[in-house]
Amino acid sequence: MKLDILYFAWVRERIGLPKEKLETSAATVMDLVEELRTREERYAMAFSDLTALRVAIDQELTDFDAALDGAREVAFFPPMTGG
Amino acid sequence: MRIAVQSDPFDLGKESEDFAAGHTDMGAIVTFAGVVRDIEGDTLDRMVIEHYPGMTEKALIKIASEAQERWSLGDVLVIHRYGDMRPGDRIMMVATAAPHRKDAFEAAEYLMDYLKSRAPFWKQEFTADGVEWVSAKSEDEDALGRW
Repeated sequence: MKLDILYFAWVRERIGLPKEKLETSAATVMDLVEELRTREERYAMAFSDLTALRVAIDQELTDFDAALDGAREVAFFPPMTGG
Repeated sequence: MRIAVQSDPFDLGKESEDFAAGHTDMGAIVTFAGVVRDIEGDTLDRMVIEHYPGMTEKALIKIASEAQERWSLGDVLVIHRYGDMRPGDRIMMVATAAPHRKDAFEAAEYLMDYLKSRAPFWKQEFTADGVEWVSAKSEDEDALGRW
């Protein structure tokens, strides 16, 4: 499965890019996180504390145990600070 | 319902006037505006707001739709800016129109509570000391519990 992975705010800064394409067989968001963590130190750092992160699949907020089945876009970002 | 996500400033007076105009059955109009505030004990040079194009609009529509389902509202307006801002600049506004004020006030508070922690915006503050991402406050998350 080919996914667009998006990063925002300090997650984007730590990883060093706003968006990338990834071919993966990860079944859940957590599997994807594990895969990214093993890539490089900057990924391991960005994903070191998942309680400080939020995730969206296809622009809908979800949980780290959510299935990636049929997903096209996964975004990682810190808790939102709107308003 | 009108939802606008924009970098341009908006005219609070004109938006409020336009929103209030044309309703003869709405006894209450509530408007709220969020403003960039200087940091206590420091000087805020500017604030930059990042957002998630696409998801932002969807999240705002969802929040406004939920408010419309929960309260008897004639209309809802949400304007939220992104990009560069300075102290005193208006970041966002919400407006609600309802036959009675309780619905208009409560719905506006609900919109604000959800905008704070469920709409994909991230604030970054630039001061003389450097640059910092604004942390989400636990009380903002807790505020959702009352709904």
